[in-house]
This record gives sequence, structure tokens and C-alpha cells, in this order.
Amino acid sequence: MANAAATVALGAAGGAQALRFYDSGGHHPENATLLGFWLYLMGDCLVFACLFAAYGVLGRNYAGGPSGADLFQLPLVAVNTSLLLLSSITYGFVVIEMQRKRQGATLAWLALTGLLGAGFVGIELHEFANLIHEGNGPQRSAFLSSFFTLVGTHGLHVTFGIVWLLTLMAQVARHGLIAANRRRLMCLSMFWHFLDVIWIGVFTFVYLVGALQ
Amino acid sequence: MVSSRAIGYLLALSLSCTTMLAGCDMVLLRPSGYVAAQQGQLVVISTLLMLLIIVPVIALTLVFAWRYRESNTSAPYTPEWDHSIQLELLIWAAPLLIIIALGALTWIGTHTLDPYRPLTRIDSSRPLSFEAEPLNIEVVALDWKWLFIYPDHGIAVVNELAAPVDIPIRFKITASSVMNSFFIPALAGQIYAMPSMATTLHAIINRPGEFEGFSANYSGAGFSDMRFKFRGVNAGEFDRWLQKAKASKDELTRDAYLELEKPSEREPVRRYRAVAPDLFDAVVNRCVEQGKTCLRDMMPMDMHRASRSPSVRDSVAWNPLDAAAVCTADSSAISALLRNTYQD
Amino acid sequence: MSEHANLGKLVFGRLTWDALPLHDPILLATFAAVAIGGMFIVAALTYFRAWGPLWRDWITSIDHKKIGVMYVILGLVMLLRGFSDAVMMRAHQAIAFGDAMGYLPPHHYDQIFTAHGVIMVLFVAMPLVTGLMNFVVPLQIGARDVAFPFLNNFSFWMTACGAGLVMMSLFVGEFARTGWLAYPPLSGIIASPDVGVDYYIWSLQVAGIGTMLSGVNLIATIIKMRAPGMSMMKMPIFTWTALCTNVLIVAAFPVLTAVLALLSLDRYVGTNFFTNDLGGNPMMYVNLIWIWGHPEVYILILPAFGIFSEVVSTFSGKRLFGYTSMVYATVVITILSYLVWLHHFFTMGSGASVNAFFGITTMIISIPTGAKIFNWLFTMYRGRIRFEVPMLWTVSFMVTFVIGGMTGVLLAVPPADFVLHNSLFLVAHFHNVIIGGVLFGLMAGITYWFPKAFGYKLDPFWGKCSFWFWTIGFYFAFMPLYVLGLMGVTRRLSHFDDASLQIWFQIAALGAFLILLGILSFIIQLVVSFRRRASLTDTTGDPWNGRTLEWSTSSPPPVYNFAFTPIVHDTDAWYDMKQRGHIRPVAGFVPIHVPKNTGAGFVLAVLSTICAFGLIWHMWPVAAAGFVTLIVATIIHTFNYDREFYISSEAVVRTEDARTQLLASHG
Repeated sequence: MANAAATVALGAAGGAQALRFYDSGGHHPENATLLGFWLYLMGDCLVFACLFAAYGVLGRNYAGGPSGADLFQLPLVAVNTSLLLLSSITYGFVVIEMQRKRQGATLAWLALTGLLGAGFVGIELHEFANLIHEGNGPQRSAFLSSFFTLVGTHGLHVTFGIVWLLTLMAQVARHGLIAANRRRLMCLSMFWHFLDVIWIGVFTFVYLVGALQ
Repeated sequence: MVSSRAIGYLLALSLSCTTMLAGCDMVLLRPSGYVAAQQGQLVVISTLLMLLIIVPVIALTLVFAWRYRESNTSAPYTPEWDHSIQLELLIWAAPLLIIIALGALTWIGTHTLDPYRPLTRIDSSRPLSFEAEPLNIEVVALDWKWLFIYPDHGIAVVNELAAPVDIPIRFKITASSVMNSFFIPALAGQIYAMPSMATTLHAIINRPGEFEGFSANYSGAGFSDMRFKFRGVNAGEFDRWLQKAKASKDELTRDAYLELEKPSEREPVRRYRAVAPDLFDAVVNRCVEQGKTCLRDMMPMDMHRASRSPSVRDSVAWNPLDAAAVCTADSSAISALLRNTYQD
Repeated sequence: MSEHANLGKLVFGRLTWDALPLHDPILLATFAAVAIGGMFIVAALTYFRAWGPLWRDWITSIDHKKIGVMYVILGLVMLLRGFSDAVMMRAHQAIAFGDAMGYLPPHHYDQIFTAHGVIMVLFVAMPLVTGLMNFVVPLQIGARDVAFPFLNNFSFWMTACGAGLVMMSLFVGEFARTGWLAYPPLSGIIASPDVGVDYYIWSLQVAGIGTMLSGVNLIATIIKMRAPGMSMMKMPIFTWTALCTNVLIVAAFPVLTAVLALLSLDRYVGTNFFTNDLGGNPMMYVNLIWIWGHPEVYILILPAFGIFSEVVSTFSGKRLFGYTSMVYATVVITILSYLVWLHHFFTMGSGASVNAFFGITTMIISIPTGAKIFNWLFTMYRGRIRFEVPMLWTVSFMVTFVIGGMTGVLLAVPPADFVLHNSLFLVAHFHNVIIGGVLFGLMAGITYWFPKAFGYKLDPFWGKCSFWFWTIGFYFAFMPLYVLGLMGVTRRLSHFDDASLQIWFQIAALGAFLILLGILSFIIQLVVSFRRRASLTDTTGDPWNGRTLEWSTSSPPPVYNFAFTPIVHDTDAWYDMKQRGHIRPVAGFVPIHVPKNTGAGFVLAVLSTICAFGLIWHMWPVAAAGFVTLIVATIIHTFNYDREFYISSEAVVRTEDARTQLLASHG
């Protein structure tokens, strides 16, 4: 109604001229949230790139201490990796259920994703605690510094992802699958898969290459 | 806007500037070492090349600003003219040509004047004979003084350097704690002095004299006083300078070095008549103290760890001489970063 | 009793009464001045009952125009601090010869040159550039705000809090003594165990987050929120440079975050990234910091180039020459700026081929830069140039910047750099391009867009005074430094023995004094313009006969910028509209959706600062509490879904009618 009035009024004011230079329809710009989050994610990717670079340069500086081959327990890392990859699959189901507008199912898959993520972080903390207990903490050598930092930063991101996931679960439970929440779920989706990709890099270049030298 | 008075002021200013400039000693443009001389020449040639563009640009800016000012209604005004293929081609091509010339100069000059490259000439008119042995000087940047070790002569001096004229010098440079930069402007360009690394600088002094040397990278509280004199001397004078050190009471033992390493500022010149064997090597490998593992020994251990499977590694006793051959830098990109590490 | 002491140690970390500069007369005097000035401001705010409006209309504002203004104010205030450091250095170096040790002990002098660099680059130039981009870009693309208005507010407060941390270091503790990039091992825990480097790290981390988010914001804005019809190649050239600048920000600042995080791990946890022992490699820090550092200087200069493009075109009354090639040149510069970082450390011993490669890539950047200069020249050619103050800055820039560019290409020849690296020649070069390029551009931009922001022009007489003092002062201050560099003088020295150098330092000190007069003239200009604003009013919103969409709005624009989004048909959209006889709509206004103001950005930034302060002083409970509260507050904020409201059509009608009347009365 308001728009019709607007058109009439504009027509009265300047005819074809006004319409040509001004958008009477109430211009709504596209929502930029996903693009913005993607841009942030690429920046985050650069942070990881720097950490990978640090690992690349310093990763063989064992300072006479243990190397990756000495320390890495590949079976545990395999379990870890499976948990995280599985959690990416479960998040895929989150998005599917979200698009089907099924709130309960969405929440269920979210919970499962969170649990798998927590499992991943738990195993990683266990691995770190063991290493530190043995005296192979991040202060031991540049290799260990870069290992702990790269893997630890990834783990920290997963932890923040879990906090975000719990928050979103509360918000979906409260407000349902409204547009704002759907956007947030898509952002978390990008974040979660991004962390998965980074982990594949970590798993390959740190653990596999380090242990199978 | 440009009155005759303004022109007068400008002329007076340029005249006084030129007079002042004539009076000052711009050592970079009139150095006493061949390497520095070539570098100074590059500075001049590059500047002249670029002035070919810069002077017309500045002139055009001022001319256009004046000619097309609003009050000058006689000048043509073409408000819609914003495009010209020929002009664009010229605009991109002219700087491109200059940069191609400069780029060629850069490539050649950078390789010729690579500090790691041994010298092939004494100066622009005299080549160096193949048998000419360079004078080896080992440099340690300490907090906040310079230690110069002459391994071929077995002496060391703090905060004074001397070298015979027209004899090539090979500096091996390191630091004890933080990054410094070894610079004698009259002699050659600078190169960083970094802990656990050894950089190399080749230079030659063509004229006797006393020249300034200092650190060109800020390194802390005593940085401003981290200066030394570099003396270019003839052969006889050089021998006498060496003898002065030999006549000193002090010896640079490892303990004496550890004392010297402690932070101090404005150190007077000190001479040592003897130097502990392999001291410079120990400084680079950070094992002057008794009981510390040298980096040189740690590296093959690390290489072994990296390249052997667990079972083989445990049973093989590593041989440092064996592994030393492994530890040379190759030409890969990362090695370029690491090339200064662990050099002997 | 020992439990007491232990508790005190736990809560206060290494913060003790010794942190206060009670023994330093210069700092005490500064503190007294700041305290008195602060009390005066507080009193004035109370007297004019301005606290409410300050909070409601400014601190919590998500309006890009207000945020832009606040950024510029922050930058100008920090300019006073950074310039005070400069004056102190010039005064000290002019007298510290032979037996005279100068009035600043090295301990103090070394903090000053470090703070000067950090402040000028990160807390003067960056906020000024960000502020102008924030203010102008949405207006130029016909948008109502940026893509993420709340994030914009948060970004500003993070930058301001970073600046606050640096200012705190003046009175509580000390600042870093490492140079503005804090190379290890000097910045490591062994050589710099005190709080200085920690202040450096955390102020940059806090501000860096703000800048990074601002980059994301502006890219999303430019990509998604352009008015209908404004294709990429019809965007104003300043928007193009803003886009490229923000791409650089998003691609460079994460590197700074990462490398400072690694340095802080070395200092706090004892890791070995950049240590001398146990496998660390300080050269890696140098590489990483310059991989950020070089794009950073292009982040500073590209918006300035954009400003000059707008100014030259407007004040020559002519279309910008070679718009397409200007865009391509900007994009090429953006990409190339990532391929040159090693030229900052040719002397670190990389080997000839590596050095030569980076030298040549550095020279290649000068080609698109040169193309831009020529395009400005040919915009002036056959134009009708009005020498308003922004145009004066532009002409001076064109002469001054090319000299700096020339010395830059000179330094890009590695063997030349071997004798000039870290000398006063280098210092002269980068001041040449930053002052001649960035600062002159910012002064032009501030003068150019000031009427749009505040509704009245800046007084031209004092503007010209400022311009002449700055230009002449710059040459007096920095040409001697080129000479000193050629005389073999290195940077960051606090004492000299060679008396023949002194005259050059004295001339440079004179130059600094002239620049001081330039800054004073600018401050006077602000005051005088405010008082004379009735006679300097901009009634039409288009005081310069501008060519881009921001000039189609009133001065200042309404909160919603455009009652109706413009439709664009050509570059120089406003000029096009004027040429083709557009008619401003005066009726038919609809309600407009705008975001609400919020204090969340301010609160989150303050919490970040508390956490940072705790980390600096090793006050672990404070840092932990600050961090946890920050996370909790963020989560709480995300539960707020009620962030927008409608400006009623009646309100819009009132605003637009007022403008209609103003335009009519102006005739």
C-alpha cells in the first residue's frame, strides 16, 4: 500500500524523470552475512597458513629432543580424526533438517555434532597432557612449540565452535528456525567444515608426514 | 602565483643547499672501498635513470597546475575528455622501459655485489689474482661492543678493526644475543649479524685512513655507542697493529669471552694476544659454555631423527662427521632462509 | 602476612607502585597536563549535560557516519601524541653531540621512537583512513549503512581501546624499546623482560581485531550493497581503492595476529619460535611481520590515492582520466604488494637471486603507481582547476610523493640498499611517502568531506596556512635526512660524536617546528570554522560541485542517507544526474528500516582491554575474568534479536521537507 502511494506521489513530482534516478520500490540490499562470514573465515585460514608455515620452517628443529615419529600415536590420531570427520557429516544432517524446517531433528543432530566435537577435543587434551607430563611440552623445542601451537589453535577453534553450537541450540530451541537462526546455522556450518579441512591438513602434514618419515 | 620574488627565494634556497651539500662528506658517494664504490655508483645511476621520469612529472605538475587554473580562461577546457589509447600506452610504457633497464641493472648488480661472493677485483682498474688469499676476520656483535677475531693470526681486538690496503677481506659475522648489522660505510655494504648464524661479507679497502664502523640495526640500550674505528693501513703498519695485540697481557679464553659477553656499554679498545681455538665456531653454535651441546652437533641428531624409522634409529650410533655432509644448504627456498644456520 | 602478599601478587601480578613514573619529570608533567585536560573535558560534558547524548548518539551509535567521525577524531588525537614524540626526538637529536647527552636518557628515547612508529602507523594513519572509508563509501555507493553496523561500532571501539592501551603505557609501566616492529630476539622475554613489549603486543592484537573486522565489513558492503545500476566499473574510484584496501586488510592482518601470537607464546609460555636456542628462528619473525608490514603500507596509501582521484576530478571540473586503467592499476598494486616483502631485509643475507627477485618485483609496483600519477596529471590537463585547499594538498602530493617513490625504487636495488638500509635515508624515504602521500591525502580528504559531515566548510585561510607549513616543514625536516643517510648515519641513535652532522639535525628540527605550526594551524582552523560556521554553511549539500553520490545528500546527510535509493547509470553518478536534469523527489516517502544503537560494542571492547591489561601485567585472575566475561557478554549479545526499527514515513517526510525548504531558500 505504501509503495503504491509512493509511486503515485513520485509520478506527481517528476514523472518518468524521478523514477529513472530513484528507486521507489524500497530497495532492500541482499543479506551479506554469509559473504561476511566467509571473508572472516578466509582470514582465519591465513592465520592457520602462518602456523603451518611456522611448522614448515621449525618442524624439524628437535633441539636434540624427540621428533614426531617418537611422539605421535597414530591410532589415537585416527580415532580423533574419525570423530571430527563424523561430526562434519552430522553437521551436514543438521543443515538438511534445517532446510526441511524440522526443529527437533536439527537440535538432535546438533547435539550429536557437539558430542563428537567434544570427544575430539577431549582426546587432544589427553594427548597434550601426556606429552607435557613426559617433559615434551611446547617449551622443549621449536618443533614442539610449532606442533602444540598449530594443533592447539585448531583445538581451540573447535572448542569455540562447540560453545557456539551450544549457544545456537539454545537460540533455536527458543526462537525456532527463523531466518536469523538459519543464517547462523549456515555460518557455523561453514566454520565447522572449515575446521575439518584444516584438520585434514594438520593430520596429513603434521602427523602422517611426521610419523612416517 | 609564481612571482619573481618567489623565484628569487627559490634560487637563494637552492644555492645555499648546494653550498652546504658541497661541504659535507657523503661517504656513500665517495667511499674508500671498491665494493662500497660500486654500490655508490649504483645509487647514482639509478637516481639518474629515475630522474628521467621524475623531473618531467614534477615539471608537468607545476605547469599544468599553473596553466589550467580557473582564472586562465584562455586555456582550452575539455571536461568530457577522459580517455586516450596513445597516452595510456605511453603512460604505461615509459615507466616500464625505465624499470626494465633498472631491473637488468639490479639483477646483474645484485649478483656481482652479493656479499657472499668472493671478490674478483681490487678496484675498477686492477683484477685480483687467483692466488690472492683473503684476510679472514671473524666478527661477533656483542651487547654492545664488537669483537674482531683474526683466526689466521691468533689475535682478537674489541672495538677496533684494521686491514691492509688492497688485500681482500672475508668477514664471517655472528652475534651473541640479538640482531645487529655490521656496517662500515666507507668499505662495503652492511649485513646482519645474527645469533646462531654466520653471515659472510667480502670487502676490500683501497685507501689508507680511519673510517667509522657501527651497528646499523637497533639492538638495545647501548646501541648508540656500539661504534668502532676501522683502519685501512699499509702492510708494515698492519704488522705493527698485529704486534700491538700480541703484546697485550690478555688472552681471549672461553671464560674471558663469557665475561666479555655480559652486557656493557662504551667499551674501550681491548686487545688479546691469543684466542681460544674454534672460539668463533663455538659462538655461532652457541656452545662456548662447557657442557652445552653445540648446534652443529644437535643438527645431525635432528636429521637422523627425521629420516630414520624408529627401529633403525635406536640401533645406529650417529657419526657427526658423517652427518656434517648432510647439513649443507641446498638451493631450495626454505634453505635460503636457513642458509645462514649452522655454517662452519 | 605472607598469604596477604601472595594474594596481592596473584591479583596484581607484576603491577607495583614502581610502574608509576614518579621519578620522571617529563612524564609527570605530561600526566598532569592530561589529567587537567581530562578533568576539563569531564567538567564541560557535565556542565552541558552532554553525557546522555554522548552515550546515546555517539558511543552506542552504529551509524557509519558517526563512527567515521569518531575514527577521525581518534586519529587526530593520536596525531598529537605521535607528533609530540617526533618533536621530542628531533629536539634531542639536534643537541645530543659530543659531551652533550641530550635531555632524554636512552631508556626513554628508545621508547619514544618505538611509540612514534607504532602510533603514527597504527593509531593515526589507520584510524584516519578507516574513518574516511567508513564515512564516505556507503554514501558513495548509495547505501544506507555498512553491511554490519554493529560490527562497525565494535571495530571502532577495539581500535580506540588499542590506542588506549598504548596511552596507558605512558603512565603505568613503560612501552617497548624495540622499534615499531619489535624484532626478536630483542623483543623476546630474555632481552625485554619488562611490560613494554607486552603492551605493544596486546594493543596491536586488540586494534588488529577491530581493523580485520572492519575490512570484512567494508568488502561485504561494497560487494553487496551498491545501488541498482552501479556495476563494479561504475563505482567511484575512491570506492575502488577502498575495496582493494579492505581486501589487503583481510589478507594481511591475520598474519599480524598470528605472528604476534607466536611472539606472545614465546614470552608467556616459553615456546621457541623466535628464540636463539632450542631451534627457534628469529628470521622467521622478520619474514612474517613484513608479509603483514608491506601490505600495511599499501593499506595506508591506496585510500589516499582514491582521495586524490576524487579531488583532482572534482576540482578540475573534469572526468578522471583513464578510469579503467586506474582501476586496473589499483588492482595490480594490490596483488603485487604481496610479492615484495623481502625488500625490507635485503641485508639479512638471503642470497643474490632471492634479493634480486624481490628487488625487481618492488620496482614493478612503481609502474602502476606511475600510471596513476600520469592519469591525475591528464585529469588536470585541459581542466578548469580551482585551488581550494584539497587541491593544494593534491598538487603538493604529486610533487612530493614522486620524490619518495623514486628513493623507494632506489632502495629496491639490493646493493644500494646494502649501504642505505636502516639509515636516515630510509627514514627520509618512508616519511616522504607516508607524509607526502598518506597524510597529504588525509588532509585533502578531511577538508573535502568535512562539509558533508558537519554542514559547513573549513575556513580556507587557516587551511592554506596549515598546508604551507606542512609542505615547507616536511622538506626542511626530511631532506636533511636524505643527506645524513648518504653521509652514513644510521637510524635510532640517541647520541652522536661527529659534530659536522649537527647542522643537518638542526635544520630537521626547524622542519619539525614548522610542521608543528601546520598542526596548530589545523587546530585553529577547526576552532575558527566552528565559530564562523554560519558564514561557511553548506546549504545545498554539494559545496564543491561534486561528481559522486555523497554530494546528492544534505550536509550532514540524514540518518538513513537516502530517502530513496538512487539508480545509477554512469560513473560520476551525481554528475550524470545533474547533467541529465534529475529532479529530487519531495513526496511519497516510505518508512525506512535501520538498526538500533547498542552499547554492546563498547562493552565488549572494554572487556577485551581489561583482559589485555591483565595479560600485560601478569594479573592472571583479572585476565581470566575479563576473558570469561567477554565470552559471556558476547553470547548474551547474540541472544538479542531485536536490533532494528523503522524510521516512520512521517519522520522521513519531516526531514526531507526541511531539506526542500533549505534548498528553496538558498535559491
